[in-house]
Formats: sequence, structure tokens, C-alpha cells
Amino acid sequence: MDDLYKELILDHAQHPHNHGALADATNAYEDTNPLCGDKIRMEMKIENGVITDVKFTGKGCAISQASASMLTDEIKGKSLDELKHIDKQVVLDMLGIPLGLSRIKCALLPLKVIKASAYGIHEASDEDEE
Amino acid sequence: MSSLDVSAIREDFPILQQFVHGKPLVYLDSAATSQKPENVIRALDTYYRVTNANIHRGIYQLAEQATEEYEAARKKTQKFINAKSWREIVWTRNATEALNLVAYSYGRANIHAGDEIVISLLEHHSNIVPWQLLAQEKGATLKYIPVDEQGQLALDDLENIITAKTKIVAVTMMSNVTGAIPPLDKIISRAHSVGAVAVIDAAQGAPHLPLDVRALDADFLAFSGHKMLGPFIGVLYGKRALLEAMPPFLGGGDMIRQVHLQESSWNDLPHKFEAGTPAIAEAIAFGAALDYLNALGMANVRAHEMELTRYALERLQEVPTLRVIGPADIAQRGGLAAFEMENIHPHDIAALLDRDAICIRAGHHCAQPLHDHFNLSATARASFYIYNTPKEIDQLVASLQNARKIFK
Ligand SMILES: Cc1ncc(COP(=O)(O)O)c(C=O)c1O
Repeated sequence: MDDLYKELILDHAQHPHNHGALADATNAYEDTNPLCGDKIRMEMKIENGVITDVKFTGKGCAISQASASMLTDEIKGKSLDELKHIDKQVVLDMLGIPLGLSRIKCALLPLKVIKASAYGIHEASDEDEE
Repeated sequence: MSSLDVSAIREDFPILQQFVHGKPLVYLDSAATSQKPENVIRALDTYYRVTNANIHRGIYQLAEQATEEYEAARKKTQKFINAKSWREIVWTRNATEALNLVAYSYGRANIHAGDEIVISLLEHHSNIVPWQLLAQEKGATLKYIPVDEQGQLALDDLENIITAKTKIVAVTMMSNVTGAIPPLDKIISRAHSVGAVAVIDAAQGAPHLPLDVRALDADFLAFSGHKMLGPFIGVLYGKRALLEAMPPFLGGGDMIRQVHLQESSWNDLPHKFEAGTPAIAEAIAFGAALDYLNALGMANVRAHEMELTRYALERLQEVPTLRVIGPADIAQRGGLAAFEMENIHPHDIAALLDRDAICIRAGHHCAQPLHDHFNLSATARASFYIYNTPKEIDQLVASLQNARKIFK
């Protein structure tokens, strides 16, 4: 099996969790990766500082779709404070595959959109800036 | 029978001898940038080891020699595209800068509110955005020649698109996505019949097709050395009378005749458009790239690419769900194949092919309006050049079959 496309990644990419629109969303944000045109939209329901539900839509490669699928599982039920601790490394560990410079952007787009949706765009500094 | 001795050609390209992930490199991304032959690499090396000096105004031997070689490369470029004079060849950074030069200098002087600029849906962003900026600044209208379902320009309505209001028509000689080679003669003669100038983006045309700017009657033509065996340098061709009448683009050293406190006068062509120290080594090595292409003959380059493309289009059909975009007629398309596959994103295709040391490109290839038109967010693209072989296409197809299996 190809290490980049191990079963787990393909499974999430082809059968993504939390895919779709959220009727009673309180927060939403959408962004694209200008390099490849991938697009992710996150819709979240935040009640008393807790993410009670989240769903995503968008087009993209297996890496960005799997990352969105896994991340939405991960953050559901977490508080906005806990979300702060989910960073680039958490996403890379979750995916557990070696990623080159350009694919890292695919992997991190969902996290960027989640943070922009939860805190506003100015708080969601690009994790890949350094 | 191939029109080129490809195995001998491959020997001239050091990078192709290399292994990636333990497999021989299969380079199918020449539309992005080509690889460089030994004589080009040597020209760069020799320049820095033996000749390096700043050009023009140096009295000593080295500076003289550098100037001579630099200007000799300009004359090779003139001959390569059959321009009338070497004064019509302006060095730039790349095709993008050459197109911007026309938009800024010719465009700002000649475009007024209510004028029309006509481009096409096939264009690369570098032949779209400079015209958008110009149109926005001047209150002009930007119009597009549409494409048909095969990704070739549709000229049925040309008379209504290029009108008496049209001042500039800027189109590509070959699409870097669909591969379409538009009938430039029709477009250029229509442009001239309404008094507009024709600007040709030859970034893909010049490396792959025989090119004669006088036969074409192009007013301006832009291309990039790096896509045609050379280093990172660009060329703008412009008809002399047009270039003479244009204001300068960038100001600085070399482009002036006299500088006074409040005003200056301009140097002769082409130096008027070449402010500051240019890419001297790159220009000289670009001359070496043209030597290489001339030795092969551009008609043979084209014939080789047509054979490869015919073979590629045939073999790619074997891959389930794969769909190639662009004209089916080989005579109307250049040496590339952009494609999509069901339920597998082009990025994933490219990443899987990389495992087999096959280099292709994935994305919108700087042609977002075209992708939007076909409702594609991205495509994968394999592109061919003088050093590619049918065997490499077999490897491409095998690797795509494998990708198809992984993403069942
Ligand atoms: C059709 C076309 N035009 C323009 C360009 C821009 O070339 P450069 O980036 O060298 O300026 C390209 C390069 O991809 C191209 O394919």
C-alpha cells in the first residue's frame, strides 16, 4: 500500500465524516488554496464557548478532504480554548504521512478555515507562515 | 521513425540521467519549464568563469567580449523568429514581463475610455491580468474570444468581438492547458482590419512551433527562454515603428541618452526598454539554447511532438474514467495533454505519479477563467518536449492505471 495514500486517508477522503451543510450554524467561513484552487467551507454551531456541531463542504485533493474529515471529528465537543491547542503539528500527526511543502498547504487549509470560522479571520494566523 | 534522434538528445541533458525515489526521472512538465542541455549549462558556466563583466560602456577586453556575446545572442533571437532588425528584440525577465511592458508602455499611451481590448478565454493569467489592470485604469472594456467544446478558439463571432473600438488584441499562440493552436492569421488580420495591434503570447508557441513574426505579421510577441532549453530570461519582439513611438517602461541606467535635472531623453532601441544591468549570462546562454534548437530544426521538433502527442492521446484512452481535454486534431494542438479522472483530484494523481519519478503538473495552470468555463477546479497535465519518448508515455499510462486502482 502506498504510504501517502494509506487506507485511513483514502477512507476519510472517499467517505468524509461531517460532510454537508449545518442548518443552525452560528459560525461559518470559507477559503481557498490559491495554489490549486481547493476550496473548504466550515459551518459550526458554537454554544457557550463549546463547538457542539460542525460540518464541511468543498472540493479538493484527498489530503485536504481527509484532513477536514478528521479535524471535524476531533473538534466536535471541544471548547474554544481547547481548539487553540490544535495546531499544525496536531494535524500532521493525525494524518501521519510525510508531506512535502505544497501538500502541507492542502493539509492545513481545513484548520485555517476552522479557526477563522471560530475566532474570526484575524485570529486565524496562517500556521504555515514561519 | 522519429524525426529526432531522441537517445542522442537525452545524452545532452544531465538532469535526465538522474534517479528519483530510485527510479529514472520521467520529466513531463516542459510546458512549465524545460530542462537544459549541456551546451546551455556550459555557456552559463563559461560566462562566469571567463567573461564576466558588465556590458556596454566598458573599455577593457572582458567588457567588450561580454557585450559582443550578449548582442550576438540578441541577433540569434532575431534570426530565430525572423524579425527584420535586432533592434526589435527586447530582453525581459520572462514572457510575463514582456506582456506587461506592452500593457504599460503601449497600452497606457494608446488606450482611452471606451476603447476595447480583446483577449481570449484560452489565455494564461499573464496575458489576462495586465489587460485587466489597463482596462480598469483607463475605463476600457475587456472582451474575450470564446472557446468551443474542444478548447479551441471559436471565431464565428470574431467580427462582433473585434470591432472598430478595439485597440489591442492579445492572444496565445498555443494554450498551455488545452494545447490548442489558434488560427492566428485570421485573428491578426481581423485585428489589423480595424486598426488594432496584435499581441501574441508565444510562451508555449516559440519552444514548440516554427515561428516567423513577419509571416505572422504580429505587432508584439512575447516568450520565455526557460521554456525553450534556455535560462530564466524573456523576450519581447515589437515592430520597430511601434517600439520607437512608445514611452519607456522602466527608467534607469542604460535606457537613457541624456539625463538632466528635470527630464531625460531616451536611448536607441532596444536599449530604451532595458533599464539597468540585464541578465547578461542568461542572454548569452539563451543564444546557446537557440543554437541547439536550430541544429534540430523547429519543423523536426514539431513533427516529433506531434508523433508523441498522437501516441499519448491514444494510450491515455486506456485508463478508465480518464478524459483528456483539448482538440482531437493533432494538427491543431501542441505537445501536451491536460486531463481529469473521476473521483481523484489532480493533486493526488500528481502525487502518486511522483512515486514513480514521473513529473506532471496539477492545478489550474494559471488559466483559471478557462477552468471555470469548463467547470473544472483543476486538471493534471503531462507535457512533452524534444527529449521525451514513447516509452515514457507507457510509464505514464502504467502509473495512471495504478492510481486508478488505488482510488477505486
Ligand atoms: C501560454 C503561457 N503564457 C505565459 C506564460 C508565462 O511565462 P513566464 O512565467 O515565463 O513569464 C506561460 C507559462 O506557463 C504560458 O504557458
